[in-house]
This record gives sequence, structure tokens and C-alpha cells, in this order.
Amino acid sequence: MSENVYIIGAGIHPFGRTDSRSGREQGVYAVREALADAGLDWPDIECAYGGSAAAGNADIMVNELGLTSLPFTNVANGCATGGSALAASQQAIASGMYDLALAVGFDKHPRGAFNAKPADYGLPEWYGQTGMMLTTQFFALKIQRYMQLHGISRTTLGRVAEKAFRNGTITPHAWRRSPVDLDTIMNAPMINDPLTKYMFCSPAEGAVALILASEKKMKELGADGVKIRAVAVKTRPPNSFEVFQAGISIEEGGKPTVLASKAAFEKAGVGPEDISVAQLQDTESGAEIMHMAENGFCKDGEQEEWLANGWTEINGGKLPVNTDGGCLACGEPIGASGLRQVYENVQQLRQRGGERQVPGKPRLGYSHVYGAPGLSAVAILERE
Amino acid sequence: MGEKIDPNLWSDGAEPHLMGGRLPSGEIVFPMPVGDAAQGVEPYKLSRRGKLWSWTSQGFLPKEPYEGPGSGPGEGPPDFQPFLLGYVELPGEVIVESRIVDARLEDLHLGMDLEFCIVPFNARYDTFAFRPIAAAESKAA
Repeated sequence: MSENVYIIGAGIHPFGRTDSRSGREQGVYAVREALADAGLDWPDIECAYGGSAAAGNADIMVNELGLTSLPFTNVANGCATGGSALAASQQAIASGMYDLALAVGFDKHPRGAFNAKPADYGLPEWYGQTGMMLTTQFFALKIQRYMQLHGISRTTLGRVAEKAFRNGTITPHAWRRSPVDLDTIMNAPMINDPLTKYMFCSPAEGAVALILASEKKMKELGADGVKIRAVAVKTRPPNSFEVFQAGISIEEGGKPTVLASKAAFEKAGVGPEDISVAQLQDTESGAEIMHMAENGFCKDGEQEEWLANGWTEINGGKLPVNTDGGCLACGEPIGASGLRQVYENVQQLRQRGGERQVPGKPRLGYSHVYGAPGLSAVAILERE
Repeated sequence: MGEKIDPNLWSDGAEPHLMGGRLPSGEIVFPMPVGDAAQGVEPYKLSRRGKLWSWTSQGFLPKEPYEGPGSGPGEGPPDFQPFLLGYVELPGEVIVESRIVDARLEDLHLGMDLEFCIVPFNARYDTFAFRPIAAAESKAA
């Protein structure tokens, strides 16, 4: 029987651009915030997992935090860096080996980053030379087909972005803090049809740190903990359709998000209808729409009605989605992005959401991150 | 005609075919694998006709390693030529990603009949594309 694991401290460095701090310095800032939140000092932490995609190794943070000789494992898992750090620290405590662990993710990408090299993805050079190796194209190609098959309108894509920017205005850690109206979103320059400039997130900077504890330790400290009901990380199954694929199987395959979602719900022993608040990967507007269905919150095509009725708004009455503005308003520092979603759920479940607090007493928070080359991580948290 | 952007990407001759591979399991893949991954994979001439599976437009100049118009020395975004691309389902074979030519964005629709063709890419190379079959026939006429 594995031990129950709780998040007892959550810290964030505001997302966006911070010229005065390196990515790792933002990570250290987030760790200190998380320690203060938990009422702990750095020497209390028994093991740590963390990393970034483009801002260096996490274990060097001990230079600033203190040389306490703790085991500090660097995680270099692309878009799943945060999710994998969380899963590893959760397992470290669930196994009974440790009572206090740190999961940290940070990043700092230059403007317009993310130019991928074909060889790094096992692809021929012509794929990049001819202009087909762009992540934005993949998202456009996936949502374009989805819209045709399931009757999703362009306006619905716009509504997702409008909601993200509106939520960003009331979120202190968000990057984009100004509202953008639907007309401006719809009439902005087209990046890849049907997605306009405001429907995509941008590479950014930021950091998140979470402190995990065993139940025994949480009680001993009298800490305000949120229980981790499930963490599931899945890579792509056969015949799936993912970013950077010159050829796709004619057999319709599985999806990493569907697999991670099912595994997490099964582990937690709850269903989509039980979730009070959800943070879903919204690399662009269409991703949030497709991920609503892939995570089991609605059927394909129902998003049209959901968005038209505002059911995913903070006070929308059904399921608030991306309450802090998601990637669209916060930007995407790859190593930190997945942990930001968990941070936001911790805040919501502890009723610390301020202006963006979900009404009622949210009990279960769901987070979902997706990234190249086809992987998903889902975490379900509970306020007991 | 320019050089092929990859010598093994399509077959030579009057009616070129995109080259895929047939795995020992019978599954058809694109592109033809290289190196150790090519072991046991037979080169396979893909169908010249297919149906549009999805599409998008590329409206801005891609970064490296893009080598098309706008990427050369002294060139920039004003030299870029926007293009269409999509996935084309080759019935019973595989779905391939390709440029779409001789079509307007607003005319594209799911299941549209398309045909393989070779198009100029930059000053040196040709690349492959698919185009609407009606457009192909009207050009020939």
C-alpha cells in the first residue's frame, strides 16, 4: 500500500518576461515562495526533482538554496519536464522513502523560440527545408479536421482566446493582463488557418515549485495540504497523430491524452463529472477545445454549445477551464508550464484564487499538459 | 526542372510517385525509413491520387531550417510566398503531409480529390505537392 501524498507548499515566479533574472533564478525564487508557503526551510527538503527545456539544469540551484547534500535529480523531458518532476517526487514519497520532496520547473525562451531541427526528431532534412516542420501547423491541421468533422466554428476558437485573456486580467502571475475582444481576435493576422495570432500562446519565461509531503509529515507540521489523488504520464500509442509527422497511419490510433486521462481517473476512482476546476493544455485555442473532449469532459462537437453558453468561464456554472488564463495568457515556458497548471489548482482548492476564485468549494482539480513528440501528463488533486 | 530536394523522395520518370516503404507487417509508411530502421522495409511507390484529410495555410516566413523564398541571403519576409499545405490520404496506404498547389484556401474541403505533382521550390530545388484533379485536367487541356 503506497502512502498518501500531499502538496503543502506552492510557489510561482510570475510568467512573461523578466530580463533581470535567468530562468534558474526564477526557479530559485519559486522554491523560496513554496518553502515560505509551507512554513519550511530549505534544509528540511529531503529530495528534489526538476528541470527546464532551455534554461539549464535544476540541481545547480543548490548554490543559491544551500548545500544540504540532498539528492537532486535533473529532469529533461521536454514538454513533460514539470509533469515528470511531479510524478517522480510523488513516487518518492508514496514509496515511503521520503517525507518531504520538491518538484520544480522553470524556463526562459528567447522571443519566437521553438525552431526544431529535423534530425532531432528522426525526420529527413527536406521536411524542415520545405517549411513543414512548424508546431503551429500541426495544431492548425489537427483543429481544422476536427472542426470539419464535429461542427466547431471559428467563433468558438475566438471565444476560447477571449476567455483566456479575460482570466489573465485577474491573475497576478499571468503575462497577458489586458482583455482582447472577440472581433480583434477573429480579425488578427492569420498564423495558420484557422488560427489567428491571438489564438496561439508564445514562448515565455517563468518558474513553479511545489513541496510534497507524506500524510504523517503534513499532520506533524499542521500544514494546509491538498491531496494528490492521481498522476499519470503517457507517451503516444500506435497510429496516433502528433506534432512533426510527415506520414500518418490510415488506421485511426489512440491519443496520449485519452490514455493519461483514463489512467488518472481510474487511479483516483472519480470521473469527469466529479471535477470542479480544470486546467487543460491550450497551446492554441483549438487545443483547449479538443482537450475538453479527449479528457472526457464533453463529447466531440459539444464544445460549440459549451463555449456559446460560457460553461467553461470561472462563474460559468459547469466546469471552469484555465482559470488563470492558461498558456494563452501566461505564455509557455516549457519546463514550468505543466506545474503552473498544478499550482493554479492548488490555489483554487485552497480558496486562494482571489478575484479568479471558482465559486462554491471546489473539491477536485484536474490538470493536463500535452507536448512534443506526443505525450500527456494528468494530475488530479483533492481538497479533503 | 531543378534538382530533387531529396534524391530518394520520389521516383523518376514521366509519372513520378512519392516513395514510401512497406514494413514486414504489410503496413505502408511515409517517408521511406533510412539507416537501421530501413532493414526489412521495401521501397514502395505510393499512389499518385488521394483525398484531402486536413489543410492549413502558412502565412509567415518559417525560421531555419526553411530554405524557400524569403530565407536566402539579403531576403526577408517581403520575399516570402505564402503557401498551402495539408495531409492527403492515399487510399489503403498512408496519409502524407504535402504542399497543396493550384488551389485557393476557400476551395479546400475534406475528401477533395488531389493528384501528385512536382513543383519548383527555390532557385535550386524542386519539391513535391498535391493539386486538385480538376485543376490538373484544366491545365492539361
